[in-house]
Amino acid sequence: MVSALSRSGLWLVSLLIAVAACAAAVDTGFAIHMGIVALACIIGLIVTLRGVDLSKAILAPDQGRYDDDVIRWGVIATVFWGMAGFLAGLYIALQLALPVLNLGFEWTSFSRLRPLHTSAVIFAFGGNALIATSFYVVQRTCRARLAFPGLARFVFWGYQLFIVLAATGYLLGITQGKEYAEPEWYVDLWLTVVWVAYLAVFVGTIVKRTEPHIYVANWFYLSFIVTVAMLHIVNNLNWPVSFVGSRSYPIFAGVQGALVQWWYGHNAVGFFLTAGFLAMMYYFVPKQAERPVFSYRLSIIHFWALIFLYIWAGPHHLHYTALPDWAQTLGMVFSVMLWMPSWGGMINGLMTLNGAWDKVRTDPIIRMMVMALAFYGMSTFEGPMMSIKSVNSLSHYTDWTIGHVHSGALGWNGMITFSAIYYLVPRLWNRQRLYSLRMVNWHFWLATVGIVFYAASMWVAGITQGLMWREYGADGYLVNSFVETVAALKPMFFLRAFGGLLFLAGAAVMVVNVWRTILGRSREEAPMRDAAFDPEKDRPVVAVAPAAA
Amino acid sequence: MSAHSTYDMLRHLADSWGLLMMTAIFVGLSAWPFRPGAKVLNRDAATSIFKDESDV
Repeated sequence: MVSALSRSGLWLVSLLIAVAACAAAVDTGFAIHMGIVALACIIGLIVTLRGVDLSKAILAPDQGRYDDDVIRWGVIATVFWGMAGFLAGLYIALQLALPVLNLGFEWTSFSRLRPLHTSAVIFAFGGNALIATSFYVVQRTCRARLAFPGLARFVFWGYQLFIVLAATGYLLGITQGKEYAEPEWYVDLWLTVVWVAYLAVFVGTIVKRTEPHIYVANWFYLSFIVTVAMLHIVNNLNWPVSFVGSRSYPIFAGVQGALVQWWYGHNAVGFFLTAGFLAMMYYFVPKQAERPVFSYRLSIIHFWALIFLYIWAGPHHLHYTALPDWAQTLGMVFSVMLWMPSWGGMINGLMTLNGAWDKVRTDPIIRMMVMALAFYGMSTFEGPMMSIKSVNSLSHYTDWTIGHVHSGALGWNGMITFSAIYYLVPRLWNRQRLYSLRMVNWHFWLATVGIVFYAASMWVAGITQGLMWREYGADGYLVNSFVETVAALKPMFFLRAFGGLLFLAGAAVMVVNVWRTILGRSREEAPMRDAAFDPEKDRPVVAVAPAAA
Repeated sequence: MSAHSTYDMLRHLADSWGLLMMTAIFVGLSAWPFRPGAKVLNRDAATSIFKDESDV
């Protein structure tokens, strides 16, 4: 196997290349990025030179135990990036209400912090949750230790490097200007390498399974990994201006480019934020409820219907644009059809609790899962409705879209991830239970009320905005100027920020809970529910002597 | 072939044979778990995630 010497050599060569690229860089952003890469190489070199023992985890692992190191790191990374992403979200929400918070620097302006927020929550928080849970679920359902342990560690650390490069790039103004695909060409290439390694680890584990059937959660994970690879590569077919510079231009132009971008963008929602998180749902909900999924057949139909329908829904992002009319209609029709499998999946998840509905009252983790499924159902109803052209003519470009995205992201992705974290932490760190179940309950309520504030204020804001934009006077001129619509929305911006604050507060409660569980502490608290008992009444009836006449 | 006729050819393929093929594959895959005898297999698959709780 690879000796420590040759591994150090590899780090050293990478370091030299990074330093050379930094020196030859044609723009500051690229130079800073290569500096970050060089720093990562130095860390790798130091770790190698200090002589880590690879034999236990990588070279000769015990095949009779699951490989949970990467999963533990992934859970911590999920919680960490979640806090970073939620905080960035709250800050930009406040920037919209109070523009002075832009601080007058380009690095802290809304337009640079916004992609930082979206990427931090989707790719850093969601991505780490997906990687960690997929490695957990694939091992447990295949009853086999993770394949390619070295590669699995590379996936984790390589993905963190991708996140750091993407996030710092946004602040420096390095962007392709494509929604959810902002990172530039060299960061895209790096992610491609990491993603192929991820696919290899996942498929490798499935191949060495001892369980004959591949459980449906793995189907969802695999479709997420494969489709995201395809989407990422096609949407990032760019040519760099310089091989030592951060700027590149896309192969596709005009409306073709727009269609490719929204084919990517909508399927990032469909396969990253839906298929991957449904995989979590199909494993963790039955496990926590301690009953099998309501209908395995329905889960298969759910899977194939999502695969066949989602990929066509992207054009609904381009209604009333230069995109051919038939393509817009196609996008709309497929989006409306998606409603059915989505609700089939929601019903499948909820009905898993059939006969155990009392757990919603007694188990706050189940309560979170049920709320996640409810939000999955709500946003997958709202989405098809908004994709209908006549509705879209009112809703598009307004805050209604922002509200829709957040009811899906905070409600569905957030809640199902939180519940998976609460499921995983005691098991991964071998603790008897969570530090506190009551704090899970607090998290549940803070998050739920926060989402209600967020979604409700954005509905009002979006419809107000849409109606004000389209209002014509008797003379045929628009009645409202843009800035008047912004002024009308200001109270809603404050309410939205308040909702975000509650959601962040809930996540902060989770941080304390997870932290203390890892430390092995448990809070002394009254159980969530117990049968009623009143010691005052726990006594025999004494016959009362009749009063003397 | 000119760019437009390529587009035209693909576009007509997509809304005729392409659509038919995709629909047929989809229907086939969705019907597969309903084949005779699959009931037991589905139940086994659904409960397979609990096997690790009853290992000796």
